[in-house]
Amino acid sequence: MRPVLLFVGVALLIAAPFGLKPYGIYLLSLWAVMTIAAIGLNLTLGYAGQISLAQASFVGIGAYTAALLTTQGWPLGAAFALAALLCFVVGWLLGYPALRVAHHYLAFVTLSFATLVFLILRNEEWLTKGVYGISGIPRPALLGWSTKAPQDFYFFCLGVLALASIAAWWLLRSPWGRAFTALRENPIRASSLGIDTRRYTLMAFAIGSALGGVAGVLYAPLVQFIEPTAFTPGLSFNLLLMVIVGGAGRFFGPFLGAAVSVLLPEWLRFSEGLYLMLYAVFVMILLAFFPSGLLGLAERLRTSWPRSSKSAS
Amino acid sequence: MAALLEVRELRKSFGGIGAVNGVSFAVHAGEILGLIGPNGSGKSTLFNCILGQLAPSSGEVRIDGRPIGGMRPCDLNRLGIGRTFQLLQVFPQLSVRENLLLAGQEHEGGMWSRLFGPRDAGLSAAANRMIDFFRLAALAEERAGALSYGQQKLLDVAMAFMAGPRLVLLDEPAGGVNPTMLGGLRERLKAINETGRSTFVVIEHNMEFVMSLCTRILVLAEGRIIAEGAPEAIRNDRAVIEAYLGT
Ligand SMILES: Nc1ncnc2c1ncn2[C@@H]1O[C@H](COP(=O)(O)OP(=O)(O)OP(=O)(O)O)[C@@H](O)[C@H]1O
Ligand SMILES: [Mg+2]
Repeated sequence: MRPVLLFVGVALLIAAPFGLKPYGIYLLSLWAVMTIAAIGLNLTLGYAGQISLAQASFVGIGAYTAALLTTQGWPLGAAFALAALLCFVVGWLLGYPALRVAHHYLAFVTLSFATLVFLILRNEEWLTKGVYGISGIPRPALLGWSTKAPQDFYFFCLGVLALASIAAWWLLRSPWGRAFTALRENPIRASSLGIDTRRYTLMAFAIGSALGGVAGVLYAPLVQFIEPTAFTPGLSFNLLLMVIVGGAGRFFGPFLGAAVSVLLPEWLRFSEGLYLMLYAVFVMILLAFFPSGLLGLAERLRTSWPRSSKSAS
Repeated sequence: MAALLEVRELRKSFGGIGAVNGVSFAVHAGEILGLIGPNGSGKSTLFNCILGQLAPSSGEVRIDGRPIGGMRPCDLNRLGIGRTFQLLQVFPQLSVRENLLLAGQEHEGGMWSRLFGPRDAGLSAAANRMIDFFRLAALAEERAGALSYGQQKLLDVAMAFMAGPRLVLLDEPAGGVNPTMLGGLRERLKAINETGRSTFVVIEHNMEFVMSLCTRILVLAEGRIIAEGAPEAIRNDRAVIEAYLGT
């Protein structure tokens, strides 16, 4: 069942751009980028149980790293390496407050950090050009394959998403994934079993943030013009919503959550001015009735299916 | 030879009220030491101070003669000290097998080998042995949360032994376990003690269980040791009877 779903999903993602206009392809690319950032946050929040409202900052750090390097002629690969490293280190440091506080306190610590990063992006003009933003961000060429066209760049994003997913899958299936779950469920018991909860907490922040940075490196050449307001705490909330709507702590949650967040508002556009309201109502109803998100809902339908069909017959 | 565990003049107070008021004792390799006492006499607090879960107000704890003050619970566990908590603490989302793998994985290799090495951290065989030993074979792939209370309690104990510890501190392992299973649990513990040369300290309210399992018993009342000795002697000790019944 699962491999079939996965195969169908991948086939659809590969076929999708062929019937779409450039704006549709742009949205799909944006979905891939946001999914990567949400996979990172899902690691930190969904698996390791550490709330962060700073994921947008790492997308921002990644995007500015890419913008600054590639407009100076550096290859995008260098931006990937530098942004991932930078976000890993900054994410690690951001994890320290999580060793002291949890839940809403941690939410506010990370939110303050997100605000700080936004202010730096806006005010430090010598580095970031402030509110003027950075334009003319080039799209990369890989071994002679130019990704200038929307469709080519979409496939590039899809490739990076595939790599990020495989890495996250590997990590979560390793003993680390088990340790993250233990950290989320019961840190005191975990530490009594020899699990260094401090180190795993920092790792959860560092790796989740690094994935945010990777998403940012893709975001810059996708939109080709970045300015600070793209990385306000609003984006952090949006990423948090993606993780929770999709199903926190479930591997495919971010894929679904990002689809809802990026695509659903577009599909609701027919309703003109109402679409954001419809979207808000959808999220409220979903979370009020299915706090474990769309995948939690799907799981519930699947497990209740045989029972209800049996009782019907 | 230094005692495996030595506690010296340990005190712990919460907001000025003493929970543990100067406790000293030693545990030697191979012993099964029982720790009994009325509710609120400080037994669990004593465990938590020994294991770094709580910082003692004063006093000292030594393992193999070496002071371990300030060490974190995870470091102590990796020194070969296992424990269970008074309240059942398994990971309900994980399967029985995963719970056991989790309990052993941090004792193998380093962080990186745990990331790039095998998913079971090379512990499948050890987990299987533990599953068989605690008669959990039929439940190995079940979610721990789906097990009965008694079965979860067995898993909880099994997890404490997964890494082959030298010393295990068990806080009320028999609490809520039915009498048939209890006999089984006692036999398992005795077997591990004899063949594995593992040493235990067991907090328990079930007198029959303590008396038949332990080689020596300490009695705690109001944070102080009021009696110490072989099970038979403790059973007839006046001070103990008074502490339990009140005067
Ligand atoms: N975290 C805490 N904060 C304040 N007081 C505490 C705390 N933990 C324990 N105490 C107090 O310390 C005393 C000893 O408690 P402890 O749990 O060690 O007793 P116990 O012997 O394990 O009892 P029981 O047999 O009921 O488990 C009690 O009076 C308890 O209220
Ligand atoms: Mg207790």
